[in-house]
Amino acid sequence: MQYPIENQHYTDDVVRHFAIMAVVWGVVGMLVGLLIASQLAWPELNFGVPWLSFGRLRPLHTNAVIFAFGGCTLFACSYYVVQRTCQTRLFAPRLAAFTFWGWQAVILAAAITLPLGITTGKEYAELEWPIDLLIAVVWVCYAIVFFGTLGIRRVRHIYVANWFFGAFILAVAILHIVNSAEIPASLWKSYSAYAGVQDAMVQWWYGHNAVGFFLTAGFLGIMYYFIPKQAERPVYSYRLSIVHFWALIFTYMWAGPHHLHYTALPDWTQSLGMVFSLILLAPSWGGMINGIMTLSGAWHKLRDDPVLRFLIVSLSFYGMSTFEGPMMAIKTVNALSHYTDWTIGHVHSGALGWVGLVSMGSIYFLIPKLFGQKTMHSVPAIELHFWSATIGIVLYIAAMWIAGVMQGLMWRAMNDDGTLTYTFVEGVKATYPYYVIRVIGGALYLFGMLVMLWNVIMTATQGKATTIAIPGLKSGAQYV
Amino acid sequence: MDILFLLIPLSVALVLAILGGLWWAIQGGQFEALEHEGERILEHD
Repeated sequence: MQYPIENQHYTDDVVRHFAIMAVVWGVVGMLVGLLIASQLAWPELNFGVPWLSFGRLRPLHTNAVIFAFGGCTLFACSYYVVQRTCQTRLFAPRLAAFTFWGWQAVILAAAITLPLGITTGKEYAELEWPIDLLIAVVWVCYAIVFFGTLGIRRVRHIYVANWFFGAFILAVAILHIVNSAEIPASLWKSYSAYAGVQDAMVQWWYGHNAVGFFLTAGFLGIMYYFIPKQAERPVYSYRLSIVHFWALIFTYMWAGPHHLHYTALPDWTQSLGMVFSLILLAPSWGGMINGIMTLSGAWHKLRDDPVLRFLIVSLSFYGMSTFEGPMMAIKTVNALSHYTDWTIGHVHSGALGWVGLVSMGSIYFLIPKLFGQKTMHSVPAIELHFWSATIGIVLYIAAMWIAGVMQGLMWRAMNDDGTLTYTFVEGVKATYPYYVIRVIGGALYLFGMLVMLWNVIMTATQGKATTIAIPGLKSGAQYV
Repeated sequence: MDILFLLIPLSVALVLAILGGLWWAIQGGQFEALEHEGERILEHD
């Protein structure tokens, strides 16, 4: 049956806006990251200026890369994918436009308040209560637009990517509201509704699930659409992708206590967190293998197509960090790794390797389509970006692995008489060369991002914003 | 650990909600005839 088409077009303006801003905020967030990495190697770079100090810029870096770069990528890709897979325009386009401007306002407010030292002190939830309220409003509108679009879909089956996006949107709403419960004392100061170890437990219930749903489920949604599209092959096993989704969301919620090993948190809660973290290895690797095996029989495409390489290499970093994570959640391993730079290395293997590369790959896919071009302005520049990013990641994470294990061993080393072998500052001194290597790795990663920004600007200015008609419905699909 | 009186019931409620979603998807026929659904996204833009 041919469904009647009323000359409808996809709502792509908001996708374009988010895609462009993802690249811009990526450059900003990574630049701040490079500065604070340099500050750790050369503390003079704090300049004695409070709002340029490490303690204030570090949350600016994390917020910029996670919520500005990652967030804009998620908005852009989810709005694009839900329209294409449901063959409909966005529900409430004006509300979608509001989510763009609202989200930019949140980012701007973060960029102003964090350097001023206005913070709740909760990691990855530093923003003060007026901004928290704005986030909640924007997020509810996002949910209305996304689920509304699913509601007006013309295809009966909901493609698996949309399940991941939907779970990500709902979970982040719940996490944000529970963790940000706070009592305002003044316009820019509030106190958490929870105290002491209770607050720590909520914080890391939030913190790890933010990793699980913001940085994993959302980006898995991106992966399940853009890898098949770029490879021009269906996902290796569509059934496995559905099992992957349900297994992941059923088991994710209780991994958080592994952030609180050997603290005042009750022992059994720590063990629970460890067990759930270990369980997560199964769905994570199921999904990773499913994505990579999509190329089964077409591996040669990796040689010629740098965009596909971004997407596939991102999955191999996903596999690495979802193996490393459960291992580090084991209490005996954690006794060595906790509070060392190994944790920083682990996070960046996930952030630079998985989230960063999959975002870049999908934006390279989107930009030419959104501006009516066949390819990006320069394909060799994508190639250059890929290699500088990949080498940067390897330098970064290898340096932090070595530094972290070394720190852990130095901190626990004891003399025969029970005194510590090393003072803390000796560990800091020994770490210096690895901090310098990290700066080099970070600089390479940022360089790649600058190449991308140039390439995106060239592509966008040579093309023009196009409206794309929703095509007629085809072969074998069931329609609503 | 009073906080667990909030977090554990919340998790149970979420698991029930997820089960509800799974039930809806199965009953609504989302997972019937999956063979072509992976390929469908390749057809049109």
